[in-house]
Amino acid sequence: MDNIVEIKDLVFEYKDEDTGESLRVLDGVSLHIERGEFLAVLGRNGSGKSTLAKHMNAILTPTSGTVLVDGIDTSDESRLFDVRRRVGMVFQNPDNQMVATIVEEDVAFAPENLGVPREEIRRRVDEALDIVGMSAFKQHAPHMLSGGQKQRVAIAGALAMRPELLVMDEPTAMLDPGGRAEVIETVKKLNREGGMTVALITHYMDEAVRADRVIVIDNGKIALEGRPREVFSQVEKLISLGLDVPQSTYLIHMLSEKVPGLDKTVLNDEECAAELLRAMEIKKEARP
Amino acid sequence: MLKDITLGQYFPGNSFIHRLDPRTKILIIITYVVMVFLVQNFIGYAALALFLAVCTTVSKISPKYLIRGLKPILVFIIFTGIFNLFLTSGEVIWSMGFLKITREGVRFAAFMVLRLIFLILGTSLLTLTTSPIALTDGMERLLSPFKKIHLPAHEIAMMMTIALRFIPTLLDETDKIMKAQSARGASIDSGNIFARAKAMVPILVPLFISAFRRADELATAMECRCYRGGEGRTRLYELKYGRVDFWGWVYTAALLAVIILLNITFGSF
Repeated sequence: MDNIVEIKDLVFEYKDEDTGESLRVLDGVSLHIERGEFLAVLGRNGSGKSTLAKHMNAILTPTSGTVLVDGIDTSDESRLFDVRRRVGMVFQNPDNQMVATIVEEDVAFAPENLGVPREEIRRRVDEALDIVGMSAFKQHAPHMLSGGQKQRVAIAGALAMRPELLVMDEPTAMLDPGGRAEVIETVKKLNREGGMTVALITHYMDEAVRADRVIVIDNGKIALEGRPREVFSQVEKLISLGLDVPQSTYLIHMLSEKVPGLDKTVLNDEECAAELLRAMEIKKEARP
Repeated sequence: MLKDITLGQYFPGNSFIHRLDPRTKILIIITYVVMVFLVQNFIGYAALALFLAVCTTVSKISPKYLIRGLKPILVFIIFTGIFNLFLTSGEVIWSMGFLKITREGVRFAAFMVLRLIFLILGTSLLTLTTSPIALTDGMERLLSPFKKIHLPAHEIAMMMTIALRFIPTLLDETDKIMKAQSARGASIDSGNIFARAKAMVPILVPLFISAFRRADELATAMECRCYRGGEGRTRLYELKYGRVDFWGWVYTAALLAVIILLNITFGSF
């Protein structure tokens, strides 16, 4: 089986307690996540992207449709912990996901809950802290760390479960640019070197650009799907969905109205610079 | 200003007292509290003082620091002393108007004050030499036999750990809210006591709302990490009794014997 997650016609509704009417957050989402893949999920606030994330480890279960994690149906309550230990979760606020008063004890929390023997916990904690580069802070209190460091500890806490999939729900939304880079580098390394499957939910385009595949969610439905290059070249569509596009992509998009023949699929600054140089050549040739 | 609060002010170290298992320390403190109330004469208190002095020296905690722990309850100690001094009936040895001091009153007041002081000093020595995590761990293990009568030992310890974990976070948050409210013209540090109490409302309301939101998110994060209560849980660090614990009990037992002996020999003073 090649897909770690298979979601079919997922519908999720909840009842508004004040008005009593049911609100549909997810409306027939079907998607799969391949093993080893780096998937980015984009969408503006209230698009349902966080709700989708919470379905991947049975924090929420579908109103209708199915979610399979490693072949296990998340609606099957008897296998709840089989699902959860396969999916590591990292949330937005680094302060609200740490339980213990010492970094290493926090990382040990999940294996402790799973009843892993003590020597094995020690091994997993050291390994997880090493992967995220936080071994030196083992004995620190969480509140003495920076935001980026706290998020790396949170990632280590999820890794100590030895999950098959890492779901990150806007892990960088509360961090400064330095912290964001720290976290994204760690995730990228995990995926590339450790072969970890990653689902990154974000609204930062430059983070999504690094993924293998991008899904854009709007109004509880999948609006766009494809490789970053395919998705981000649809500038107008993205803007109509209330999303930004990477600045360099946007620049080339604007220029292409004046300069025909530009490649509109640039994703980053380097590609943009190369394309601009090419554009200057095109202009020169066009002149008599 | 809120940064000054350090709960359970723990002083890391590697002394005999530090190395005692937290369970031993908690049990010794309970025995110590019993002894403080058992003592019937001043010679007994001298023995307790000697015991405390030895413990403090061994633990390398500055005595000044230990005594500073009495400051917050100084008023309470003084009041207890005064009330007992003037309100105990018995053989009058001094009187002025409606005030009178009795022989029993003097004795009673001195005992009460000494008891309070010894209680505070002993328990501060415990928190100064034991890390909060070790304390909660010890407490969980000591309470676990009572699980049979449905005492939620693990849950109590987990709540204490989370409370300790969130003290700095919530202090930071309080500080931020206070600054935000002052920036909007709220005066927090002025006016009489009622005005000040009223000024706390715009600080406490957002603090509570945020604490509830945090609790909700933390609960989700704990569920994601397969938390399902204390059942079948293993620990990164297991508590183990060692030789130091044996000697700790030897000293405590010796002290208990001395105090009982002193009570018998000198009777109540």
